[in-house]
Amino acid sequence: MADAKVIPFGEDRPRGAGERPARRRTGRRRAGDADSGTGAAGAEPSLSAVPTGGADTGGTGGTGGAGGTGGSPPAPPAGGEPEGWERRLATGLAFLRRRLTGEYEVDEFGYDEDLTEHVLMSALRPLYESYFRVEARGLENIPDTGGALVVCNHSGTLPLDGLMLQVAVHDNHPAGRTLRLLAADLVFMLPVVNELARKAGHTLACAEDAERLLERGEVVGVMPEGFKGIGKPFSERYKLQRFGRGGFVSTALRAGVPIVPCSIVGAEEIYPMIGNARTVARLLGLPYFPLTPTFPWLGPLGAVPLPTKWTIQFGEPIPTDGYTPEALEDPMLMFNLTDQVRETIQHTLYKLLVERRSVFF
Amino acid sequence: MGKVVLVTGAGRQLAGRFVRRIQREPEVARVIAVDVVPPERDLGEAEFVQADIRQPMIARVLVEHAVDTVVHLDVTGTRPPTFGVGGTTKATRGRAALKETNVIGTMQLLGACQKAPSVRRLVVKSSTNVYGSASRDPAVFDESTPAKSLPSGGFAKDTVEVEGYVRGFARRRPDVAVCVLRFANILGPRADTPLAEYFSLPVLPTVLGYDPRLQFVHEDDVMEVLRIAASEPRRSTLNSGTFNIAGDGVLLLSQTARRLGRPTLPLLLPALTGVRSLLRLVGMTDFSPEQVRLLTHGRVVRTREMRETLGFEPKYTTAETFADFARGRGPGLLPPERLARAVDRLGEALLDRPADGSGTDGGPRRSPLAP
Repeated sequence: MADAKVIPFGEDRPRGAGERPARRRTGRRRAGDADSGTGAAGAEPSLSAVPTGGADTGGTGGTGGAGGTGGSPPAPPAGGEPEGWERRLATGLAFLRRRLTGEYEVDEFGYDEDLTEHVLMSALRPLYESYFRVEARGLENIPDTGGALVVCNHSGTLPLDGLMLQVAVHDNHPAGRTLRLLAADLVFMLPVVNELARKAGHTLACAEDAERLLERGEVVGVMPEGFKGIGKPFSERYKLQRFGRGGFVSTALRAGVPIVPCSIVGAEEIYPMIGNARTVARLLGLPYFPLTPTFPWLGPLGAVPLPTKWTIQFGEPIPTDGYTPEALEDPMLMFNLTDQVRETIQHTLYKLLVERRSVFF
Repeated sequence: MGKVVLVTGAGRQLAGRFVRRIQREPEVARVIAVDVVPPERDLGEAEFVQADIRQPMIARVLVEHAVDTVVHLDVTGTRPPTFGVGGTTKATRGRAALKETNVIGTMQLLGACQKAPSVRRLVVKSSTNVYGSASRDPAVFDESTPAKSLPSGGFAKDTVEVEGYVRGFARRRPDVAVCVLRFANILGPRADTPLAEYFSLPVLPTVLGYDPRLQFVHEDDVMEVLRIAASEPRRSTLNSGTFNIAGDGVLLLSQTARRLGRPTLPLLLPALTGVRSLLRLVGMTDFSPEQVRLLTHGRVVRTREMRETLGFEPKYTTAETFADFARGRGPGLLPPERLARAVDRLGEALLDRPADGSGTDGGPRRSPLAP
């Protein structure tokens, strides 16, 4: 019944993905073994691309090394179907070999595609598919090629929404784009967190980095509300906070890339923040210290997020390429565009909320 | 009439190599090599002048030889070589002496250049250290990016000060073409940079929870870019200004350790400081604070200016530079080849056995390793 109501958004939902969780895409380089995991989806025509996808890959090369004495690479992509687990083991060993010898590439921002594809995304996927049961819609609004700036609302006390957004784009985008998130400087101050963030392709939210990524034609994700959005009290849920100074608009204008507004529903309720221990926050050097019905009272158990049902809706892209260079200096244009993006996200949020049956289902 | 090139710091390996290289240029008539210590290796046809650039006599050398190109390479982070005859007392080895050579030496040299009307071109070796290294910095530094936190001391601060003096000189002598080359970490089979010393440790101490991005530039590329900067600019290029010089691509510290086959020892920052002083005590390496910062946050620079304005394409990427360096170092405790073989053997063991046991799940299939 809920489905019948979704007329405004129904047309841009991933094909045939009604109730079924989004089809898993295990990454381009391992496209060959994606089918063994989701054999049920074998009828889908999009899988016809599998042999070509598996043929080029550095992954297969590594696998060949792993089975060196066998003479031939153990993963003939177009040939017979090797058993899933053996195949996975071979891939795993090839991965291990690459990691141990350091033979993998990172880009200048520290994005480690190998690790992200094989470890980080696999670690987040259960959270995405089973725990939050994220429904991603409108992914075709992100262009298949070239740069784009995805602007999104921010909520949930911990930035899980950013990570889920990244999984949503990674697993569901038809062209297999990678979302490069811009993160707060706090992320890069924390040990371990900064390392993982860089390897997952995140970088510091500053104009230089954003411009450079957009210049290279990457899809960049930004949450302009920042700490104001993620650390807002539960009573203000789904009310968009101020969008910084609208720096993201001028960055997009300068790069001439479209802005894709994006709304996430469900993240607000994972940690209902009923209070903020400001003194503790100041002592720890954090922007806020959340008090939820369970945290910190139940200790680590209280830090388990509530299993809400999420919807991620990508909206129509807003083009930015028609403006003259002087327009960049026009503050009114910046404000108008910022407002336009903000209103779009806010209205979509309201629509999704009306349509939502329950927080948890 | 050929050019007269003066090279400072010629006692060092890198500068000595450049002295030998620049003599082969057809337009160069004479090369004057200057240092306080005589060079470890033969400088060929070059004229060696034992002079201290911290003393005003350097001005006389400039005028006497009618020098028109000054290549200032005596800005370094490592102590001078301990061999040779003169000036190897204890005092010259310390950090204070190094700082004096870097900063006071540059001041004196620039003062001398200002007074010498024959000088037409100045090339200064700087380092990407000037950008500092902090968590709040952008991921990639541009030539114009201001450092978020200026280096507080050590070689990095020296380079910042040196560049400041060079900018002042460029203002006072607009007729001199000034080229500042900010080199990323220089590596190569013979490099004696602090980072090379670090990579020679049997176990690499790292900062727990950080995996910095590093960029390297090969010695051969350093030679070539110095030659370009010291010569007349080629068509449609410009060799005055400030340029980042680095090889393409990026390596993470963890990656370098694995490729080098050396285990890492992740330490908390305070513990690392202890290890640092221990190493200095043993005299193995000078593990300076800014190096710790580099090993915490890493540093990557943009090299578009180098390509488009200076017209220089490095022959070695960062990864190739590192591979070349690693070849010259010999295997570490965990050679990558051996690890790779171990994984291969594990793969054979794991994948062969079930293939012989034929079909745990039933159904027709063949072993992925079957020929």
